[in-house]
Amino acid sequence: MTAATTGTPTRARAGTAGAAGPAGPGKGRTNWIPTVILLVGAVYCVLPVVWIVIASTKTNSELFSTAPFAPAFHGGFFSNLRALFAYDHGIFARWAVNSVIYAVGGATLSTIVCGCAGYALGKYRFLGSVWLFRIIVAAVLLPQIMLAIPQFLLLAKLGLTNNYAAVILPQLVSPFAIYLCKIYAESSVSDEMLEAARVDGASEWRMFYAIGSRLMMPALVTVFLLQFIGIWNNFLLPFVMLNRDRLFPLTEGLYGLLIITGGQAAQYTIVIVGVLVSIVPLAAVFLLLQRYWRVDLVSGGVKA
Amino acid sequence: MKARRRRLTLLPQVLLLPAVVLFLLFTVAPGGYAIYLSFMKQKAGGGLFGTDNPTTVFAGLENYRAAFGDAEFWHSIGRMLLVAVIGVPATIGFSTLFALCLDAKRARLVGFSRLAIFLPYAVPGVVATLLWGFMYLPATSPIGGNVVNYFGSHTVFFAVANVAVWGVLGFNMVVIYTSLRGLPRELFQAAELDGASELQIALRIKLPLLAPTLTLVTVFSLIGALQLFNEPTTLKPVTNAISSTWVPLMRVYTDAFVDNDIYRGAAASFLLIVLTVTATVAANMMLRLLARRSER
Repeated sequence: MTAATTGTPTRARAGTAGAAGPAGPGKGRTNWIPTVILLVGAVYCVLPVVWIVIASTKTNSELFSTAPFAPAFHGGFFSNLRALFAYDHGIFARWAVNSVIYAVGGATLSTIVCGCAGYALGKYRFLGSVWLFRIIVAAVLLPQIMLAIPQFLLLAKLGLTNNYAAVILPQLVSPFAIYLCKIYAESSVSDEMLEAARVDGASEWRMFYAIGSRLMMPALVTVFLLQFIGIWNNFLLPFVMLNRDRLFPLTEGLYGLLIITGGQAAQYTIVIVGVLVSIVPLAAVFLLLQRYWRVDLVSGGVKA
Repeated sequence: MKARRRRLTLLPQVLLLPAVVLFLLFTVAPGGYAIYLSFMKQKAGGGLFGTDNPTTVFAGLENYRAAFGDAEFWHSIGRMLLVAVIGVPATIGFSTLFALCLDAKRARLVGFSRLAIFLPYAVPGVVATLLWGFMYLPATSPIGGNVVNYFGSHTVFFAVANVAVWGVLGFNMVVIYTSLRGLPRELFQAAELDGASELQIALRIKLPLLAPTLTLVTVFSLIGALQLFNEPTTLKPVTNAISSTWVPLMRVYTDAFVDNDIYRGAAASFLLIVLTVTATVAANMMLRLLARRSER
């Protein structure tokens, strides 16, 4: 298994990995074609974010009158921010907190649930274990987002909608996360090590939390981040489950803002600065955590 | 195997219990309940408008017949497929191209480009759509929205697909790139010694070896595309080009929440899940076959 992550400078390592030819990679003329293709892609991906940063510095009249990529310096940014956080008695901050509760709480619980299940399926054979794993592999193909409406119908029947649990609980089991943890447990938690612990008299439970869970850490971090993003981005589930705006996550709150301000261009600046504020923290977390986040595990299962 | 069986333990069952219970409660039970609802209907009760004590009665296949017979249901599927036909190949094509470029020799600024292309993955779909919505809107557009109509009857499909592609491109690129890094380097060096150009190595050696990974990302992109909801729903308030039944999931939502007919909503929902799973399984099988052939 390669240790490639999204952030580590794998190129540098690539130079030393194989028997490098006379002109090792990284030396010599710049290869312009891939460089330019990548820069075009980078501009495409970054440009909208750059534009929203610039647009958020403008007052409402400036938004429609000044050049799109020329920032304004007339205090528009701070008055927009103040307007955003003052809107409806500061409900935007509440939405931000809700998003963190849903994403951190959901991803943490989900990692525990899926990690435990993956370890059990990866390291033990028992009645029905093969059968259970087959169901999980099949369930990977289930359209999770589409299940939101049946989930709502059932919870509404039981009167359990409109609370934090209604948004968190349906998202805890991810068949793909269980699959990923099972594959990782099989390859990283060695039977010899478990056997040695067994001989030394460790209980099965102790082997799980002292050895298994630690060796599985890279997979668990990856599952946490995948689930965090999935829950943070989920729109349909909170959209159907919640109708009290104090429970909304950011995505739904911003959508509601757009609906309310719908035709009125006068409110665009609030939505624009709201978009910016909801991008920045997550982008920052991403940049900080990227060295721990093993995307190679996502495709790791298909190598065999 | 023998060693594992020596001691009787209930630990695996205990560890699996939460996942199994949650799966039963939030996947199996809602699915079953939706199937049940899809065969029922509301029967008007007494009172002047027939709204007193309405009762639920068995409807047979009525709700399914209504869904199948409704042209708008098929149109919504058609629109969703059109966005998928634009978006999925674009996502896979460009993310593969970028991954191959990242892996190319002597390419510069790769660290910056990789991060920049990955950045949109941190932006939720709804927020990305708001962002692009302002980019498209003639009043605020920095990309010529007053010249090009991004919400025209044809362009709107590209406009929606573009938002979706923008959001997932980077993630797919990184998945493909990491699997590319895991390939044996000696192969490329041998090909190079034999006089193969960089382009030939990329197309003839790297691409076929990536087949299993490309199958995986294509299937996941397809599952995502068939569940299209966030982007058109968020664009709807700013344009008339998108109706409240523009894609199937919006249609199900409208049935269940706007028209308050949960029975029809349940039928359409169940139908949609079956169609999606069928399409995904078929695509998966086809792609696997293709991948196996290209490996040979």
